Amino acid sequence: MAFDSTPLRVEVVSAEGLIWEGDAVQVIARTTEGDIGVMANHEPFLGILVPGAAEVFTTEGRREIVAVDGGFMSVADNRVSLLNGYARMAKEISLSEAESELAKAQLALEKGDVSTETMQHYHRASAQVRAAQKAASRN
Amino acid sequence: MSATKKITKAMELIAASKVIRAQQAARRALPYTRELNRAVSALATHTRNLEHPLTTQIERPRRAALLVFTSDRGMNGAFNSNVHKMAGQMRQRLEDQGLEVKRYMVGRKGIGYMKFREIPMVQSWDGFSDAPTFANAHEIADVLIEDFLTPYEEGGVDEIHAVYTRMESMLTQTPRVRRLLPLEVVEGVTELGELDHIPQYEFEPDPETVLDELMPLYVRSRVWFYLLQSAASILASQQKAMKSATDNAQQLIETLTREANQARQAEITQEITEIVGGASALAEASAEN
Repeated sequence: MAFDSTPLRVEVVSAEGLIWEGDAVQVIARTTEGDIGVMANHEPFLGILVPGAAEVFTTEGRREIVAVDGGFMSVADNRVSLLNGYARMAKEISLSEAESELAKAQLALEKGDVSTETMQHYHRASAQVRAAQKAASRN
Repeated sequence: MSATKKITKAMELIAASKVIRAQQAARRALPYTRELNRAVSALATHTRNLEHPLTTQIERPRRAALLVFTSDRGMNGAFNSNVHKMAGQMRQRLEDQGLEVKRYMVGRKGIGYMKFREIPMVQSWDGFSDAPTFANAHEIADVLIEDFLTPYEEGGVDEIHAVYTRMESMLTQTPRVRRLLPLEVVEGVTELGELDHIPQYEFEPDPETVLDELMPLYVRSRVWFYLLQSAASILASQQKAMKSATDNAQQLIETLTREANQARQAEITQEITEIVGGASALAEASAEN
């Protein structure tokens, strides 16, 4: 089984459904411990994600970017799943919309609203902005 | 009457199209639950004891909560009364065990039901019963988790039961009671037992923290499941109710048309009899002259 040609089967799952699946050479995501790159035959892994943009390098040489506001990544038997209730593919995010959401959340924070909802809103929006920017910059 | 029939027919068609969408939404949410279950089972096999505040059963529970999923609007037959009946039975059972019962309501109809009877609710949510979003589930779940983690003395609850309606098919929707908290994660563990090998997982940052993060996600996904199932059931009941309303209207139209025809017929007969009577009276009168 240990061949470099074995692709990783990647699934990106949000609460609303399976939003992306495909074969990949590498998946990079940020966990609570820092960035982790997963390639084929990685040992079984389960890590908590921090809000940000995860990257999937497909076998066709494309780069897919996923905005997550938490959730986790699990790896086992060359299957990778990125699970986050609010996960979104960067190509489906409108940068301007995400930016205005972020501005709204920032405004609320500046006004002293530090409720969990506002924090989550802020993290989600900033992850989406980052993902959309990443997608726009190199693709 | 035919105006009423047109309205109910339209509502039936709208519900029919929405129910398909709701069913699709419920199906699409399955991978999320599946992945979560898989992760929890992976954890369960590694950390020897899956002990977590959210899975710990309190030895002598004193207060329980009922989370009841009703609809925002009526026109769906016996949907809400079935849910209330089920919730009532569950409340009775809990009270028989000596537990105090607190209520959480989802859906305007349920809230109205409680208010009318002046039964206090801890919290209620409405406005999304037929098209819930994950954010709704998130909000509800987080409130419940917080109240569950609050000790009894400070007003917390020791167990939480959910009353929702399961969408069996377009024809059957059954109200059900499920314990939401403390969580039972047994199913996932047995599932993993079927695998021939158990992979050695690496956890980041560590199994305990991963478990801490996973448990609330698990609760949210349960609530999300209940919301989606109830939404599909609401729409299916609505379609059914509106279909029978349309059929009734149709029947009424037929009976009323028949009655109207009969009345008209009777009137015509009456007139003819009068004319004939009048004519013969005239004939008689002229014959006498």
